[in-house]
Parts: sequence; structure tokens; C-alpha cells
Amino acid sequence: MSFGRILLQLAGGMGVSIEIFLVTLIFSLPLGLLVALGRMSRNPVLSGIIKVYISIMRGTPLMLQLMVVYFGPYYLFGMRVSNSYRLYAALIGFVINYAAYFAEIYRGGIQSMPAGQYEAAKLLGYSKRQTFVVIILPQVVKRILPAVTNEVITLVKDTSLAFTISVVEMFSTAKAMASAQTSMMPFVAAALFYYIFNFVVAWGMEFAEKKMSYYRS
Amino acid sequence: MLLEIKNISKSFGSLGVLKDISVSVEKGEILSVIGPSGSGKSTLLRCATMLETMDSGEIIYDGMKAAWTEKGRAVYAPQETLKKIAAYYGLVFQNFNLFPHMTVLQNVFDAPVRVQKKEKETAKKEAMEWLDKMGLSDKAGAYPYQLSGGQCQRVAIARALALNPKILFFDEPTSALDPELTGEVLKVIKSLADLHIAMVIVTHEMAFAKDISDRVIFMADGLIVEEGTPKQIFESGNERTKAFLGRYGNIL
Repeated sequence: MSFGRILLQLAGGMGVSIEIFLVTLIFSLPLGLLVALGRMSRNPVLSGIIKVYISIMRGTPLMLQLMVVYFGPYYLFGMRVSNSYRLYAALIGFVINYAAYFAEIYRGGIQSMPAGQYEAAKLLGYSKRQTFVVIILPQVVKRILPAVTNEVITLVKDTSLAFTISVVEMFSTAKAMASAQTSMMPFVAAALFYYIFNFVVAWGMEFAEKKMSYYRS
Repeated sequence: MLLEIKNISKSFGSLGVLKDISVSVEKGEILSVIGPSGSGKSTLLRCATMLETMDSGEIIYDGMKAAWTEKGRAVYAPQETLKKIAAYYGLVFQNFNLFPHMTVLQNVFDAPVRVQKKEKETAKKEAMEWLDKMGLSDKAGAYPYQLSGGQCQRVAIARALALNPKILFFDEPTSALDPELTGEVLKVIKSLADLHIAMVIVTHEMAFAKDISDRVIFMADGLIVEEGTPKQIFESGNERTKAFLGRYGNIL
């Protein structure tokens, strides 16, 4: 099989990888903020539960978490799941895992905000909600961008873990092709795809950082 | 009486910072608060502007009780009352606390728009007028990081004034500035005297305090040692006052 044909065959799998990437980001970024707020809550029950959740998410392999989400319904509740559940299980697993990581990043950013910003906002009459949305959050976004970039780049490669619950994304496609052709070429092609994917992502994140550099703290 | 503070006390843990302070400020009056570091001057301002909660005492703005004492502990008025009272005062911080992600103009007009619900174009226009008064109209589109300390402080003053407070507190407004920048900020504060808003200025700039104030209060160790006209304070016979003023007493 020519290299060109290999690339074409992998392109379909690439689509699934990109889908996992985008859906995970779209849901885990906002969810992570909510989790962070819960983690910083003064309610000990809420913050306690969130702390445990974050600890488990970050303390166990994502691969295992995907398996729990995929096999859990049957082994825990006796529910039979359809084939299409595979992708949903992967997405659910990715989202709740990455939300935990983003939550800690948000928390670091929010807690590093100087008290003076809150005090000035209070004196000027901003409500707590206005202070957070107008004054604090925009500054937090700029602060956490490098850490978020790290997670996003990790996510690009983590998408291949969906392979473990039989989601046909790019890595599983490459593996299947490599077995069928007893060749390493599909893996080389896969590496190329991931590299280009990452390149685009890194370029995107750098663009975002440039946009945020219109001011310095 | 625009502001009445009666018998306010405030401790941080075991450290008693304000022991028994009573101050009153009339409309349009300019009051300087001087004293050694740690005397409670900043804490007094922070209690008056609700940034700190006092342990006991009374805070009354224009006859409205913001806080009072019940059974030995401080009790604060409900949110709506405090919101109404908040419109009376503003505070200029020692380290400005400008919003770095907003332009100078935005820093000034954002609160009037979002908090006072002013129409945006009107607020922008008024903000430009305040910046003009501060001599900063050419910096309207700049970001705080591009400004000097003195310029930042002037923006902070404009930002506080844009909300039209009846009384403006200054917490050591020039302490973070070098002598050059200090001068330009003091000049601006002096020019505000014609606006007839009351001002309470905590400062170490003795010449400025003597020059601009209607009254001076000297605080030490959480208590008011003396208060009076600038002349009275700077020519005081009180030992503590004399010790603090040191050579200032003689020169001024």
C-alpha cells in the first residue's frame, strides 16, 4: 500500500480523534471551572466531595477510567449498552478526567489573584458576580493559558487511549492496518498525523497567548 | 454630619489595632490622618469603607446607620442599606489596584456603567472629563502597565471620582511613589478641594497635610492622640505628637 493510501485510510480515524479532542475541550473547560468553584467553596461537604473526585481523577490512569465508564453499566448495574455507547463512554471519561485537571489549573489562577483587585471592585460597587466575571475571570484566563496549553497538548495524544475501549480512532486504525500489512508504515503515518495535529494546536494556543498579551499585569 | 465614627474598636486576633476611635467628618471637609506605621490609620479607613468589619462601635453615613453595636458585638445594616451607603464613599489605595486588563478610560467608565447603570456614551464622556482634570486625556487608550506610578494613581483617583462619592478616602496615596511622582499626585489631590467633596487622607506627607487640611488627626497605638487645625497639631505641645513630628514640627 502506498504511503498516500495509508494516509487516506487513517484520515477517517483522524476525524474521530479530532472529535474526541474538541468535545472534551468544549465540555471539560466549563465543567472544570464549576469544579474549581466547588473545590474553593466554604461548604466543607461540597469541597470535600470535590477534593476526593479530583484526587481519584488525577490519581488513576485515564485508561482505567475509560474502562470503568464503558464496562461499568453492565458489570455494576446489569445494563446492556449499544455499540455506539463506546464513543459516548470515551467522551464522558475524557470530560470528567480533564475537568479535574482544568479545575486545579483554574483554582491556581484564581487564588493567585491579588486581594487588591477584589477590594477595588468591592469599593466601586461591583457585585460578587460582576467582580468574578468582569474583573477576575478575564485576568485568570491570561494567567492560566500556559498551563492550559500543556493540558491541551497532552489531550491530543491522550485521544489514542480511546483505543482501549474499542473506539475506532486513528491509533486503532493504524494498528489494524499495521497488522494487516505486517508493516510499520501505518504507525509512521499515524505519528505524522499526530505531529501535524499538535502543530496546529500549538499554533492555536500561541495565537491565543498573543491575543492576551495586549496588557501586562 | 456626613460621617460619624463612634468608639470603633478592631482587633486582629490578639492584636488590638483600633482601641477606641471616634471621628466625624463634615460635608466638604478635608481631614488628614497622620501617625506612625501600625497606629491603625489604614484599618480605620478600611473599617469606614466596609473592607474590614469592626468589633464594636458605630458607623453612620449622613444619618444612616451602616453598623452599630448590640450586646457588645458589631452588627451591620442589611445589604440594601449598605449598598445605598456605599455610594457615599470611595477609596484610593496605596498601590492603585487598577484593572490591568482594561484601558485607562475603561477603568474609569466601567463602574458607572455597570454599577450605576449610566448610559455608556455619557459615562465615557464624563470619564474623559475626569481624565482631563487629571492631565491624562492622552492616556485614555493606554493600559495601566504602560503608565508611571503617578499616572496610575491619578487614574485611580479619576476612577473613584467617576462614581461621584460624597467622601473620598485616600490610604497613603503617595507612599508607593518617588518624590517626583508624589508631587504630581499631591497637586491633583489639592485641585480636588474645589470640588467640595469631603476627603480623608492618610499620609506621611506632612507639608501636604498641613497645607491642604481643614483638620488633622494624629493617631498612635490605635488611639487618637490629638486632633485640631494643622497649626494646632504641628505646633502642639503634646509630647507624643512632638516626638512623631520630630523635625517637621520645627520646619513647618
